[in-house]
Order: sequence, then structure tokens, then C-alpha cells
Amino acid sequence: MESQNNNQNLTIQLTALVVDDNKVNRKIHQKMLDNVRVKNLGVKNGKEAVDIHCDGRRFDLILMDLDMPIMNGIEATKELRSMGISSMIVGVSSRCTEAEIQKFMEAGLNDYHEKPLNIAKLSSILHMINPNY
Amino acid sequence: MDKTKLKQQALFMRTSLFDEGFLDEQFIQLEELQDDVNPNFVEEIVTLFYTDSVRLIYNIERALMSNPPNFTKLDDYMHQFKGSCSSIGAKKVKKECTRFSEYCATENFEGCFRTFQQINLEYSTLKKKLVTYFQVTTLILEKDKMKLRRLVEML
Repeated sequence: MESQNNNQNLTIQLTALVVDDNKVNRKIHQKMLDNVRVKNLGVKNGKEAVDIHCDGRRFDLILMDLDMPIMNGIEATKELRSMGISSMIVGVSSRCTEAEIQKFMEAGLNDYHEKPLNIAKLSSILHMINPNY
Repeated sequence: MDKTKLKQQALFMRTSLFDEGFLDEQFIQLEELQDDVNPNFVEEIVTLFYTDSVRLIYNIERALMSNPPNFTKLDDYMHQFKGSCSSIGAKKVKKECTRFSEYCATENFEGCFRTFQQINLEYSTLKKKLVTYFQVTTLILEKDKMKLRRLVEML
């Protein structure tokens, strides 16, 4: 059974979109995803995240920053949900007042984590998408 | 310098960076991401941090010069900068960023100004230490590559 699961892991290719205006954070999160073999793309604001979905791209996971220029994480999440995007959207931010997290969650997040993400947090997120991952 | 001495030097420098409070756990997270595909990942991230933060520091400087100071804007810029500092584990710099935000909250311009000078000092000190550290780690990597090349040539 274990080797069957391992074989399933080898064939699963999850995809992710990293949405963050901060280049350093984007690069770190993308490297984390590379290391666990999650195919990924990075964009620098909510509008680019929405546009990429308007172009027909879909992702298993979206890591969504909160504070971004042009379109922030709350607006982008609301827009993506209104488009019918059912991807797992995980908010990541360093602004962590209860009220702000609540507002972010209400926009349509599946989960929220404080920045910076680490490998353990990312693994738990991926496990939520696919328990075999 | 031989590789053993270089490794000892690198270890000493790295330990000091943590013991003296310049770096925190997040730096270790970056090191754990480093692999054979990206053997210089940590250095790349730190270099990106220092390149990218020039713009943020400039924004804060300009905002500090405006009259009257816009503390909301100052706090926003500092929040962005602090986010980057957190991501590379720059502990002392991050601590001063938090202090700066506290002064913004109380609209204490003197406090903001003084703390910003401290931020610049910690930021520069950390940069010098990391540049030196990466020079040593790069030398170690180059020695490893040379050794591998010699082995391949022998085969």
C-alpha cells in the first residue's frame, strides 16, 4: 500500500501560483515549491493573478499576499472566487491583527498563515490539497 | 587557505552571526532550501534583499523629509521593509523596524528619525558580515568543484 502511495506521489503534479509584490518573498516561496516538485509561477500583485486566470490558467494552490499595489489580496481573492475559481487559496501576510485576518478569510481564503512560510507550513498546506502528497 | 581552515572560518562566522543576534531561525530555513541545483540560493536571496531594499530605504528617507511627516506612509514603507528583513532572518534590523513602527503609531518623529539611523547601521553591519561570510562559503564551493573536476579527469 505504501509503495502504491509512493507511486501516486511520483505522478501527482501539483501547481501553484505565488502572488506577492515582494521579490524576496516570492523567490523564497517559489524555491520552497520547487523543492517539493510543485510546478509554480510568481506574479507581483492581485491584478496579475486575476489576469492569469482570465487567460485560462488554473492552479491547485494560490499563495496570496495581503498588501500589494494595484490590487490587494482581499480584492484579488474576492475576484477569483466570483470567477468561480475553486483553487485552494492560502493567505500569507505579516499583518496579523485579528480583524485583518478575519477580513481576508471572509474574502474567500481556505487558510491563512503568517509570513514567512516555512517548509512545515507548506507541507501541511499541500497535504490539505492532496493527503497523498 | 586550505579547505578545513576555510570551513572552520565559515562555521565560526555563521555561529557568531546567530550568537550576536544578527540572524534568526529564518536564515536556517533559507539554508535548508539550498541544494545542488541552487548551491548559492542563500547568497542570491540576501543579494536580492539588499538590492531591493535600496528602493524601500530611499522611500522611507524621502518620507522622513516631508513636512509634515506622513506617519501612515512611513509605517507602510517600513512594513514592506520589515517583511523583507523577516524573510532573510535579519533579526536586529527587524527589531529596529518594529521600534520604528511603534514611534509611527505615536507620531513621534524624533523617535522615528533616531531609529531609522539605527536601522541603517544594523543593515550595513549585517551586509558587511554576510558579504565576508559568503566570500568564504564561495571559496569552499570552488575548492569542492576543483576537487570534483580533478577526480573526473583522473577517471
